[in-house]
Amino acid sequence: MTEPLLQVKGLGKRFGGFVALSEVDLTVNNGERVGLIGPNGSGKSTFVNCLCGSLRNDQGDVTFAGHRMNGLSAHQRIRRGIARSFQLPRPFGTMTLAENVLIPILYAAESKHHIGSTRARGRCLDLLQMVGLHAKADAKPAELTQIEMRKLELARALASEPRLLIADEAMAGLTHREVDDILALLMTLNSQGVTIIMIEHIMRAVLSFSQRLVVLVAGRKIADGAPEDVIRQPDVVAAYLGS
Amino acid sequence: MRNLWFSAVAVVVAALVFAAARLIGNPYVYFAGYVVLQYVVLATAWNILGGYTGYVNFGTAAFFALGAYATVVLHKIAPATPLPAMMLVGGVLSALTGLGMGYLTLRLRGTFFSIATLAMAVVVQTLVTNWNFVGGSRGAYIIRPSHAPLFSGDYTQYLFLVMLGLCVVAIGIARAIEKSRLGFGFAAIRDDEHAAEASGVPTLRLKLIATALSGGLMGMAGAPLPYYVTYLDPASGFNLSYAVNTIAMPLIGGTSTWAGPLIGAVLLGTLQQVATVTISSALSLLIVGVLLVIFVIAAPRGIVGWFRR
Repeated sequence: MTEPLLQVKGLGKRFGGFVALSEVDLTVNNGERVGLIGPNGSGKSTFVNCLCGSLRNDQGDVTFAGHRMNGLSAHQRIRRGIARSFQLPRPFGTMTLAENVLIPILYAAESKHHIGSTRARGRCLDLLQMVGLHAKADAKPAELTQIEMRKLELARALASEPRLLIADEAMAGLTHREVDDILALLMTLNSQGVTIIMIEHIMRAVLSFSQRLVVLVAGRKIADGAPEDVIRQPDVVAAYLGS
Repeated sequence: MRNLWFSAVAVVVAALVFAAARLIGNPYVYFAGYVVLQYVVLATAWNILGGYTGYVNFGTAAFFALGAYATVVLHKIAPATPLPAMMLVGGVLSALTGLGMGYLTLRLRGTFFSIATLAMAVVVQTLVTNWNFVGGSRGAYIIRPSHAPLFSGDYTQYLFLVMLGLCVVAIGIARAIEKSRLGFGFAAIRDDEHAAEASGVPTLRLKLIATALSGGLMGMAGAPLPYYVTYLDPASGFNLSYAVNTIAMPLIGGTSTWAGPLIGAVLLGTLQQVATVTISSALSLLIVGVLLVIFVIAAPRGIVGWFRR
């Protein structure tokens, strides 16, 4: 049996007296597409922040590709292959799109293997082409539309050459068609070998994308399984619609 | 390669500036020019942390005065030490202080960091004021050699030349950083530190590098000061005008590029020197204030940013 790519055991996080996460376990296999859902305040973003190193977990272990991640900072984790896109796009505002993508190439991908400045520029343009932004390579993020901003977030996450991509509400605020665009992009990435955890409120997108669905409610995992089974579980229905 | 060319051009320009000063022959050119050049170094150094990395440092005077007081100490214990060596010692001392300050304060952001740097300046000033070996609050007298080493001329010409050389070094460093991996990392921190960290940028390490580089250059700029003023006391070494000018100059010139602090320092420094001679020295800070207000309203990205629109 092959080792899982990501193994989370007993993850816990408190903010003062408030328990944001409690005893959360999660296993993600190589190449898997996992959907993570939960009502607002259920701890999804805290969970992502603990996985990526933006927050330190108080309890539990995060193991990635066989290595224990506890205590590693966010920049060390992305260098080991855990990349994320932000719920609210956070572009580097004074830089061009190409330079935005260049940062993770210089600092994350370069730490894995030597790229060199000429190839780095070429890689920026390739990534921007992949997300359909190559024509705006020299534009500033302020000139982008909402969906373009989301695509830039994904391009920047991909520039680090991740093994695991955590897409945190990458489709929030987008139109039906734009959601399909991002979904197609994520599917392409997954077909190229990138394991993806999708955190999303748009159920249509989550259900069509995920091979497995995990539900967090009040900082606890209440369901983990095939999407069609999970959404029929009474406690999941109760969490979303009320009992 | 491009950096080598730039350095070569910078050295030629510096040589031309020195030759022009020699040609004019008026000693005041060296006195006034030294102050302007000192501000070019200070503004460039400040911009490495404040402009490139986005951390506003109000503690310029502390780094600058540490360099100056390092020279006072060396002058007392080893008076034969050449000035460039004293500058190196002052630079290293200030860089180490920057590193220490950075380690303690760089987890703070925005205004909190700025206030911490101001507090550090007050702490350092209090320590120096109570340190008798360097004259304490009475200050220390330094006898300036009458002649410049290496070439014929008085010592002020030598101070001018040394500061000109330091300008070349500071601008060369700033220019080299700008389009380097380090420079992109600094810019990412300035734009969004959280996103920078999530993109693989080791933010704390880079901020420490910026603080040490910036502090080191400020210390080097301060090291020749005792020979320039011949009397150094805490009130003059830690003068608030250093902090105000050093922030105003890059803001007026533009913080996004090495040229901004250079333009701001030459423009503002020269204006202040002219005002000192023609009207009053008290007017110099008023000029800074008025220009700052005008630029904040009309050209918030400074002169360079205004032309790049």
